[in-house]
Amino acid sequence: MEPSSPPCSQDCGEAPLAHVVEVRVLLAVFGALIVLTAITVAVSYFDFGALNLTVALGVATLKAAMVALWFMHLRYDGGLNAFVFLVGVVFLGLFLAITMLDSVQYHPNVQSWEQRK
Amino acid sequence: MSMTDLSPMPSKSYLTDPPGLRAWLLTQDHKRIGLMFLALISTAIGLGAIFGLLIRTELTLPGPTIVSSGHIYNRLFTLHGTIMIFLFIIPSMPASFGNYVLPLMLGARDVAFPRLNLASLYLYAGGLVFFLLVLVFGGVDTGWTFYTPYSTRTAAPVILAVVGVFILGFSSIFTGINFLVTIHTMRPAGMDWFRMPLFLWALYGTAIIQVLATPVLAITLLLLAAERTLGIGIFDPALGGDPILFQHFFWFYSHPAVYIMILPAMGIVTEVISVFSRKHIFGYKFIAYSSLAIALIGFLVWGHHMFVSSQSPLVGMIFSALTFAVAIPSAIKVFNWLATMYKGSITLAPPMCFALIFIFLFGVGGLTGLFLGALAIDVHVHDTAFVVAHFHYTMAGGALMGFLAGLYYWWPKITGRMYSIALGQIAALTIFIGFNLTYFPQFIIGSRGMPRRYFDYTRLLEAHPEFTFYQILSTIGGFLLVGGLVLVAFTLLRSLVVGPKASQNPWGAATLEWQCDSPPPHQNAAAPALVGDCYDFDNFQFDEKTRSYVKLP
Amino acid sequence: MTEPHPPSTQSNDDGHPSAHLAHHFNTPRQQYDSARLGMWIFLMTEVLFFGGLFCAYAVFRANNPAIFVDGHHFLDKPLGAVNTVVLIFSSLTMALAVRAAQLGRRRSLVGLLTVTLLCGLAFLGVKAVEYKHKWDHHMVPGQARIAYWFSHEAAPEPRKEFRPEETYVRERLAAEGFESLTQAEYTERVEHLGTFMGIYFSLTALHAVHVIAGIGVIFWILIGAIRGRYGRQYFTPVDMVGLYWHLVDMIWIYLFPLLYLIH
Repeated sequence: MEPSSPPCSQDCGEAPLAHVVEVRVLLAVFGALIVLTAITVAVSYFDFGALNLTVALGVATLKAAMVALWFMHLRYDGGLNAFVFLVGVVFLGLFLAITMLDSVQYHPNVQSWEQRK
Repeated sequence: MSMTDLSPMPSKSYLTDPPGLRAWLLTQDHKRIGLMFLALISTAIGLGAIFGLLIRTELTLPGPTIVSSGHIYNRLFTLHGTIMIFLFIIPSMPASFGNYVLPLMLGARDVAFPRLNLASLYLYAGGLVFFLLVLVFGGVDTGWTFYTPYSTRTAAPVILAVVGVFILGFSSIFTGINFLVTIHTMRPAGMDWFRMPLFLWALYGTAIIQVLATPVLAITLLLLAAERTLGIGIFDPALGGDPILFQHFFWFYSHPAVYIMILPAMGIVTEVISVFSRKHIFGYKFIAYSSLAIALIGFLVWGHHMFVSSQSPLVGMIFSALTFAVAIPSAIKVFNWLATMYKGSITLAPPMCFALIFIFLFGVGGLTGLFLGALAIDVHVHDTAFVVAHFHYTMAGGALMGFLAGLYYWWPKITGRMYSIALGQIAALTIFIGFNLTYFPQFIIGSRGMPRRYFDYTRLLEAHPEFTFYQILSTIGGFLLVGGLVLVAFTLLRSLVVGPKASQNPWGAATLEWQCDSPPPHQNAAAPALVGDCYDFDNFQFDEKTRSYVKLP
Repeated sequence: MTEPHPPSTQSNDDGHPSAHLAHHFNTPRQQYDSARLGMWIFLMTEVLFFGGLFCAYAVFRANNPAIFVDGHHFLDKPLGAVNTVVLIFSSLTMALAVRAAQLGRRRSLVGLLTVTLLCGLAFLGVKAVEYKHKWDHHMVPGQARIAYWFSHEAAPEPRKEFRPEETYVRERLAAEGFESLTQAEYTERVEHLGTFMGIYFSLTALHAVHVIAGIGVIFWILIGAIRGRYGRQYFTPVDMVGLYWHLVDMIWIYLFPLLYLIH
């Protein structure tokens, strides 16, 4: 087993293929994720009305972003990989937004039918 | 050199090297994979065309003609549609020509993930097997659109069909991933984004759609299967579900899918128009950006298939406006093609014939799409033969013509044989006449109220006695069209037997795939150190001895 | 944008062509960049794949929030939280495993991959407990049909009807403060519950399938790690499996609050 030397950056014959994330960074992210999970669960015992969903999704997005940036090392890649991922998220968002807009708009028709049943 | 040079093929090409069945079945060579895709796709169009002719025969006369009930007729048009769309048009150009030509145009040794490419081929074959099973079990009757709640309740083998489509979807996704990565990371030095052949821009746009849209189809079909087997009530109102939700899910893929069908064809037309006008493509950047624009805006118009489905008027208006917007990039391409041809030196070789046919037929198809995109008009022509004519003009008059142009264009490179130019031109003319005879009457009767998916229109004759006449015309056209396609097959297959050996660059194109032998060797050559302008035809000269264009220094 | 990669005769330190460099790539960097980009595009397709289900969730929740308010009473919040922590921890061990592969530390790699694998199995174990609990109370959609497939007794009619165990449902609702429901109120709640369970099982079962697939590929990587296949020059498969596993974790990060933590 090799001695625990720092990741070689200049003298190993070839440039390293990827940045090696430090252990303390990974542990810090892990800690933050656990804390955020605890917050999400704790918050679920209170009722913030319309904000409930926003808070839950906001925390989840923060957690997901941390996983993506450090565990999946998007923070250290070139921009293309992150761009690819974000494009998917944006188009998903458009799909959800327009479908929900339509659904909410015609829902009154469905409700009046259900009441007449 | 004798025109009937029947000398044997070069002893070592990708066709013979490495030898053996196992080497073909386990190949990672993109050329072999592309050729195998071409073979499978050709059988798919044959199968789809048979169902098309059955439909046409039935519709020739009002009342039951060869089919005794609507139940059987439902299966005919469903099978025609699903086979043509999922087994033919969507994979046709990316999987066959894209696979074949992409690495060659980049001077690369293969695509980024050759094993994934092979997986793509086997997934396609798997999907084909499922469709054959569907045929064995009597076919599906839901329409290729699988609308709920009929699709969740019919006794037909819907699950077999959706599993088949699911598998084909993954074949498509893998091809898309491969092309995106290859274009990003494997361009040669000196070929930046705006020095790439425009066919690659088209494939890039197509690949974006393939990876973004197909997964949504996959989940839609999975949910449909779950609803059929486990009663999960997402789409069926009797189970608490929402059938309009199914349509949103389905069309979110299926509208971008039509751009998967047309973008590669437009890319082929771009290449062909430029080469056979001996003129640099006009407006390179406009064409490149328009491919991206079509891909991206095409994701935002799916609701135009749902105007009369009880989709809300607000959303209907949004989709209608966006539909008008998506026509613009396509129109930009047409203007650029025409400008390229202007004052060019035009040769009407078969690829060019089909490219010109494309421009005309796709023009008609695209313009009639605007009629359909207008809410008020759509209310009248939705679900009529007008829609059928529109999508055949765009998909068959567009994508299929692009496919045929590509087939005639790259055939000498792929097989090493040249075909009879005259026969190719006759085939093109036959197809053009047959196509218009088949589908133009359908615009007429559709606008007068002839519904689609109806096999018996006797009751309509009282108000519209002329329907029978137009249907007869349409059927004659249909057989003529298929006759033309048979002639295409005959011309090309004949060249394998009696055709002269093809030269390296018979058309005088400047893209890199024409720098290698016809057919190419197993190992692709590396890109030259200096990649020139792939639309610069100034320094080409036709060498009578080798019957090839040569680039002068 | 990625730069084009010039052809080179680059090889590893002792001058032979690198064994890990595929024939169609020019440099290890090009190969690695291609693999990463390809994987990210695949992950994006997974986002859209699950996205369809999230869209169904959003549409149903927007139009009929009662479905979810009623439904979530029947999910076990503590178990869901445990699963969340397990997956996040497994993401940590996976990230550390990739790091170990990059540094050529074989024993750490094997150990960390094993822990990740065990976490995945633990996740599935908890899910199995949850699913069994639902099964026992007849709350799995299509349960009657599934039971028929395995036991071949006469097919129940209608085969798709959602009929949970009434005593259990009433008991659970009473515990949340909804006592003495009329038959009409009860039927409405069962309808909501049916829709909720359909969405719950679709989402979590699809996620579980991805976890199973993840366990499969981690196992494959583990075998490779034991055989010493990965090191400083070649750790791409570990990296790719890692990316996939993190995505599985990310999806659960969204599923947990959306299904388990509703008010």
